[in-house]
Amino acid sequence: MELWIDILIVLLILTNLKLMGSSRLSACIRVVALQGILLGILPLIAGHGQIPFRVMLLSAITIAVKGMVFPWLLLRALRTSNARREMEPFIGYSTSMLLSVGLIGLAIWMGGRLPLPVPLKSPLVVPLALFTIMTGLLAIISRRKAITQVLGYLVMENGIYAFGLTLAQKEPMLIELGTLLDVFMAVFVMGITIFHINREFDHIDTDLLTTLRD
Amino acid sequence: MTMNMTSLLHIPTAFILAPLLLGIINRTKAFFAGRKGQPLLQAYYDIAKLLQKSAVYSRTTSWVFRAGPVASLAAVTTALLVVPVGGSAAPFHFSGDLIFLAYLLGVVRFFTVIAALDTGSPFEGMGASREVQFSVLAEPALLLSLAAMSLIGKIPAADSMLFQGFFASLSEIYARLTLAAWSHSGTVLLLAASAIMIVLLTENSRIPVDDPNTHLELTMIHEVMVLDHSGPDFAMILYAAALKLWIFCALLAGVLMPVRSGNFLLDTTTIIAGIFMIAIGIGVIESIMARLRLLRIPQLLSGAGVFALLAIVLVLKK
Repeated sequence: MELWIDILIVLLILTNLKLMGSSRLSACIRVVALQGILLGILPLIAGHGQIPFRVMLLSAITIAVKGMVFPWLLLRALRTSNARREMEPFIGYSTSMLLSVGLIGLAIWMGGRLPLPVPLKSPLVVPLALFTIMTGLLAIISRRKAITQVLGYLVMENGIYAFGLTLAQKEPMLIELGTLLDVFMAVFVMGITIFHINREFDHIDTDLLTTLRD
Repeated sequence: MTMNMTSLLHIPTAFILAPLLLGIINRTKAFFAGRKGQPLLQAYYDIAKLLQKSAVYSRTTSWVFRAGPVASLAAVTTALLVVPVGGSAAPFHFSGDLIFLAYLLGVVRFFTVIAALDTGSPFEGMGASREVQFSVLAEPALLLSLAAMSLIGKIPAADSMLFQGFFASLSEIYARLTLAAWSHSGTVLLLAASAIMIVLLTENSRIPVDDPNTHLELTMIHEVMVLDHSGPDFAMILYAAALKLWIFCALLAGVLMPVRSGNFLLDTTTIIAGIFMIAIGIGVIESIMARLRLLRIPQLLSGAGVFALLAIVLVLKK
């Protein structure tokens, strides 16, 4: 059982690295979808003993929203824009990958210093959560395209979700559902915004938005 | 430094079976393409044929060009002495021999490159430049993944008798990769194995990185460096390449096949079977993948390095 958690966590870390290392936007969207599905599975095998019904329900909703609805929304936004690749990120792909490895180290160091209310099955869950949050931030600040920034936001939320997951059996389900709804609204709104940015300016490079005059 | 007499048998085994790996890879590719393919022993025929020819030397080359193939073959053979075949130790093992191994492979590369540069051909210089550029990224990935594996056995406290000093020898590292190690830290081993696989494909100029079949393309790497060698020299290069492939396959098979029964014959045959299966795997990869664009290769290799680093981070975290 512990081996499976380890494998799942390593896969999640690898999805983060893949996000930082790939330039094709549709591939990035699929990676984030995969991350959402893996995150949905995580509470099912990371919990202690019997899995309560509400944890199962939460997993199912997470997989449906993060693994299917979000990618569908984002792929639709991608189709309407004419961007296919992240052309010139502020930080290159190999550099971002190496930075990510540094962030893993940082996350593990930080994870070791956090006191937790409940003992965890794997010591890697908290570092994973912190690392995912940091990857999301890195994606937001180092990429130009609006879609990649939305992905960064989603990944950051995934990290927070993974963090909450460690307490999933203690935490009221209402809070989890509330955040999920918030994220859903945010992605929905951002999808529309991307569409409008694209219609106004014929591209979705956000770094040029600062030069706007009306 | 200790010497192990029984495992000296590994050396003639490698000498005899190494060119067969090339045949197996080619046969697998032929199977996927729906062809009959060349005979399994084609590499042996090639080497025998080349040995009967006489070498042609360009007037612009010096002794460096002639020394290149000999030195490469000698370095590969020496490297073979420290490579363990699965659990059974290598003929020679001493603390830190993984660095020795990495640098012997570096010596092979150095002599191939310097012989290529000695011809003065810009085409060969281009290949040499690429070879060196990719090896800069491949070498740390190999060393880091071996280092990650060396840290695995350190967990049980009772191990301190066996584990003296921080650097274990390659043979010690591989002796500790048992089934128990797999169930305990399988993820680390998987990551390390995938890093070694990518390094294997790079160092042996296999498909996602280099195409061993192209002879007239501007994208080739290894083949371009050995264009001017002929006759027995080229036979030595072919043979050294086969031995190098054998070394990497042995390293990978040792990880993927955690059979450590203590019975010399059983262990060795399992690992050799593993080596042949890896050769089939290489053939499958070559059949289903396209060559990567040259600009993407450093990314693949830094990916391998990241895998290895991740393995180290995970093993330290445990």
